[in-house]
Amino acid sequence: MDSRSAERPEPGYRNRVHDEAVRVLGDAQVDVSRYPGRLIVLEGTDGVGRSTHIALLREWLETEGYGVLHTGLSRSRLAGDGLRKAKLGTTVSQRTLDLFYATDFADRIENDILPALRAGFVVLTDRYFYSIMARSIVRGIDRDWLRDLYRFAPAPHGVLYLRVSVDHLIPRVVTRGPFDYWESGMDFQEETELFRSFRRYQSRLLSVFEELAKTYGFQMIDANRDIADVFADLKEAVRSLLPSRPGVAS
Amino acid sequence: MSAAERYTDYGPLPGKLFIVEGIDGSGKSTQLDLLRKWIVARGYCVYFSEWNSSPLVRATTKMGKDQHLLSPMTFSLIHAADFADRLDRAILPSLRAGAVVLTDRYIFTAFARDAARGVDPDFVRRVYRFAPKPDAAFYFRVPLDEALRRILAGRPELKYYEAGMDLALSEDPYESFRLFQGRIREQYELMVPEFDLTVIDATLPITEQQRQVRKIVGNMLDSCLTRPSTPYGRLLTEHGLSGHYLREVGARPEI
Repeated sequence: MDSRSAERPEPGYRNRVHDEAVRVLGDAQVDVSRYPGRLIVLEGTDGVGRSTHIALLREWLETEGYGVLHTGLSRSRLAGDGLRKAKLGTTVSQRTLDLFYATDFADRIENDILPALRAGFVVLTDRYFYSIMARSIVRGIDRDWLRDLYRFAPAPHGVLYLRVSVDHLIPRVVTRGPFDYWESGMDFQEETELFRSFRRYQSRLLSVFEELAKTYGFQMIDANRDIADVFADLKEAVRSLLPSRPGVAS
Repeated sequence: MSAAERYTDYGPLPGKLFIVEGIDGSGKSTQLDLLRKWIVARGYCVYFSEWNSSPLVRATTKMGKDQHLLSPMTFSLIHAADFADRLDRAILPSLRAGAVVLTDRYIFTAFARDAARGVDPDFVRRVYRFAPKPDAAFYFRVPLDEALRRILAGRPELKYYEAGMDLALSEDPYESFRLFQGRIREQYELMVPEFDLTVIDATLPITEQQRQVRKIVGNMLDSCLTRPSTPYGRLLTEHGLSGHYLREVGARPEI
């Protein structure tokens, strides 16, 4: 670490009650470049295989000697339960869900992600705010509002996007179990039939992901292939994002 | 952010939205309650909504407050979620139906409190820009010492976030509350010109304040939805019923 980076201020500010707490205040994007850890995002639509690949990546990274924090949407201590309960009902508005998700996201940024990056962990996150944005944009929420809402979110070191076509997605979703209400867009599309609704919703979602990929510089991973080939690409992509191997002098 | 962008235009709404703001102890809730009774008595459909009261969000906010889990940012966002829920499920539909909507606190409470906690004011204004513009926004202006006298006279139990204890302004909850309310008041004063709030002098007699509020509100009610003044009276008389089971369904046969 050079002397210049040592003088850079902490992202957010230090709370006087808990001296070590990191807080974000919404004035600017949090800069994580001075932290020794790495923030790596796995993005992709429902059923594309994100959790499988994260399970494999975690094992591989830990075997290599990296400390790994695994996080994902609605897993915050503060808002996780409330968010899951809100989604059980059908009375919640999209805007309310967005703000609930933002609360969950901010809680994990402040209490899980930033502390782990500060401690030198590789943070693997199953989705980031991009997924939340994509779902909301399809449901008619203003994208400028969403961009403002997440303006504090740090830019990850890498966003690996599992890109899939609807035709390749369907066999995976069919074998997984019943079609999910939200993943099929049944909450807002005028379709009475679950499969048709799923197909239509996922096509819309994937085209929004394509736009976000350009805006936020996603690294494309072709997920229309065999899982072993997809993993090989993911592994290479992650390897190139890592700091020098632990225990090995750089 | 321009003035027009601070709110969302939902097109012409037949209802009217009146909101009250002010620091704790300004007497705004008392004034809103008097206003509500007057509007109801005049026969209009009234919907009332209170800050931080969404059943959907309640459990999360309560846990966050009880366990001191909230940071300035998550405090801000969870209250925005609460507001969005009340807006989308009750306030906007009522305004579209033509009702008079009264809210005890509105987006200005968030702007004042969140800024007092150090959250970027521009960020909070952007988050809340889905709110419709109120037809009148009353700010009950009271000197800090007077408000504190009203609140602290009974030595109340001050809650952690209510007293701003999360900001570590003071170890003493009463001193912390004093400092925190002072910061909030400063924010309100800045918002008076920014949002063109209607200032009511909250040191005036209660009846005088209410007269001023009614004068403004009274001119705007003409197009609002009215309700039958005695919904059950004629029915019960004509059919020879007492209506005593109506109480079980939450209706009050006496009116």
